[in-house]
Amino acid sequence: MTETMPKPNEAARKKTFTPRVDIYETEHDLLLFADMPGVDPNEIELHYERGELRLTGKVKPRSQVGHLVLSEYDLGDFQRSFQIRELIDATRIEAEYKNGVLKISLPKAEAVKPKRVAVKVQ
Amino acid sequence: MFGNRWAPLGQSVWNELQQLQHEVNRAFDHWNETGSLPGLAVFPPMRVWEVEHDVFVEAELPGVQLDQLEIFVTGQSLLTLKGERHLPELGKAVQLRQERGVGKFSRSLTLPTQVDDGRVEAKLENGVLTLRLPKHEGAKPRRINVKAM
Repeated sequence: MTETMPKPNEAARKKTFTPRVDIYETEHDLLLFADMPGVDPNEIELHYERGELRLTGKVKPRSQVGHLVLSEYDLGDFQRSFQIRELIDATRIEAEYKNGVLKISLPKAEAVKPKRVAVKVQ
Repeated sequence: MFGNRWAPLGQSVWNELQQLQHEVNRAFDHWNETGSLPGLAVFPPMRVWEVEHDVFVEAELPGVQLDQLEIFVTGQSLLTLKGERHLPELGKAVQLRQERGVGKFSRSLTLPTQVDDGRVEAKLENGVLTLRLPKHEGAKPRRINVKAM
């Protein structure tokens, strides 16, 4: 799975952050975990086309009225894309968002799963 | 190479992960790191703001559950957040990329005013912790009446 870079005009839009991800591979699927704190669960989009997976999450507005004393992060949406070389069964891609983490499961297509080859004994 | 989001206490685990990261980077050196990930030195990153009667603290804690988090207020003005984030249990999975921090964290912060530590409210939603800390009576602004001379 290779990361693909956003087009310049997309990156120049309002604040968008690149979520940190962990990726795992099991026998049956690829699993991706992305840190996306504060995202509205109804505003998460996954797009998969020709081997490119694009994930976006819109942050839920949070009221921060008052005198700001410390600010170590900005609010903004999350977006990141990956090029996936493995064959994926796009109809069975699943995602869940829990505790600010998006988990995406990308099942491998049947053709690329390991198959046991019977060896004939002569 | 990704920046460590926090310094974990379990150093041996961390060393193993860094070793793994090194191996992954070597195996997949065509992966183009953009450096667009914020290289945060502290975890969790926080925001603190103040209104007339309360101090609000917000912290980004994705993947941390309420039962993995401890919140302390010491001496009415020192706030401490302690917790741990675990790797998912996936059996025989091979890790291809690791950017998210893992392990124990602890962070203390001096609040801008003294607070009433008995009336603190906490909410953890979508990986964002929000604390409302009512100001201590003595720390609230008091209106001074000015007599016209």
